[in-house]
Amino acid sequence: MTLHRLAPRIVTANPLLTLSGVTRRFGTLTALDEVSVEVFPGEVLGIVGESGSGKSTLLRLMNLEDAPDAGVYSLNLPQTPGNLFALDRFDRRMLCALHIGIVYQNPHLGLRMGHSSSGNVAERLLIAGERRFSVLRGKGQQALEASEFPLERMDSPPSELSGGMQQRVQLAKAIALEPALLLLDEPTTGLDVSVQAAVLDTLKGLQRDRRITIVIVSHDLGVIRVMADRVMVMRHGRVVEQGLSDQVFQDPQHPYSQQLVQAKL
Amino acid sequence: MTRVLTAEALTKNFVLHHLSQSLPAFRDLSFTVDAGEFLLLRGPNGVGKSTLLRMIWRSYLVDAGHLWFERPDGVIDLARAADVDIAVLRRGEIGFVTQFLIARPRVSAEEVVAEPLRQAGIADPLPRARAALETFGVRPDLWRACPATFSGGEQQKVNLARALILPMRLLLLDEPTASLDAGARKALLARLADLKSQGVAMIGVFHHPGDVAHLIDRELTLKPMTELSNVAV
Repeated sequence: MTLHRLAPRIVTANPLLTLSGVTRRFGTLTALDEVSVEVFPGEVLGIVGESGSGKSTLLRLMNLEDAPDAGVYSLNLPQTPGNLFALDRFDRRMLCALHIGIVYQNPHLGLRMGHSSSGNVAERLLIAGERRFSVLRGKGQQALEASEFPLERMDSPPSELSGGMQQRVQLAKAIALEPALLLLDEPTTGLDVSVQAAVLDTLKGLQRDRRITIVIVSHDLGVIRVMADRVMVMRHGRVVEQGLSDQVFQDPQHPYSQQLVQAKL
Repeated sequence: MTRVLTAEALTKNFVLHHLSQSLPAFRDLSFTVDAGEFLLLRGPNGVGKSTLLRMIWRSYLVDAGHLWFERPDGVIDLARAADVDIAVLRRGEIGFVTQFLIARPRVSAEEVVAEPLRQAGIADPLPRARAALETFGVRPDLWRACPATFSGGEQQKVNLARALILPMRLLLLDEPTASLDAGARKALLARLADLKSQGVAMIGVFHHPGDVAHLIDRELTLKPMTELSNVAV
């Protein structure tokens, strides 16, 4: 039995991201069952849960790649409508390019593997309307630098890069326009341990310097522990527990969270 | 005296779902701490001294009761406050000194110590961070190294320098003298006395309370709760 938590009183800012009552069905399967989330500006929210818990479906909705069966999504930004799910395809694409960055586990989803790395980053800027070559090149380079990508490789296509470097190109593309919201879908899964630590460190540094609001999905609790201020535990399309990271890891309340934390090496 | 914390009828059980068991930690525990006051927690191992500190820090949840924390703009119940509010309090008003440093790869000792100052918006924090490392006896040639590779004692010094660099309104101390050499222990006691005179309220667990005897104002002795009860899960 836990106490009901009150609404924020010290923090007076509105949440940057609000999802309420989001349901997504695939045929007879309910992938998300009335999920509600709030993320405050500058906060890092970690989402954990087993495969099929709905965590990646939720992230895809936040990136407006998919539409739910019910629910409302809003970002507290100037000139954005109350429900982003109601946007048409063109506005959705523009909003994502300007305000949301994403890094996928699988770089093929986020990058054109045969184009140059700098071209991949510049594509983001092109969508946003930038046409001057020098600006495209300069901003692309800045973003690659901030992602700690070796600039001497910026003209190599991702297909010729290592896994860790491909993730850095994705990250550069994601942050090129200084988005309000950065979504990370298993960003370091499949990388070897030292590369994973270096990529996480880059992410942590970026978050510290720019105060980007981040939602990170991972089944790796170590990654979430390092990155997240707050954790949300999902199971069967529902949020079973949420709390400050150290609380969820040290004093998990829900039977499933307890199982999950105990299973950590 | 200005009240800082009022604990009212705190109750905490650890529910172990896979064992269908509930371990009671506290029932109806009440106490207060004022500004500039040092409260020592006493009791045998396993009685829940660290548990109580973690409940105030909110890494453990409270099942029932209140933890009223007095702030300039009103009182807030730490047992029920929103997670984001607790995060703010942890950055500027409530400090927790534990025995463990959480080192991050590639972050230097001086940056670890400077971080709370940066978060508080203090410009050019490195000189102050270095002075704190010097006070606790960390050798200057280690300041720019990452503490992950330091010995336990050196890590603890970095940890203390970081945790005590800003005067919080409430400081939770969980055996901070463990693994410290005599010099660092002396520096710690001097810093605690200094913070106490600035009005910082402290709640501490010490293996050898003799170390801090001259700082202690009051003691709270926790009694064991041994009975196990079954819960329906």
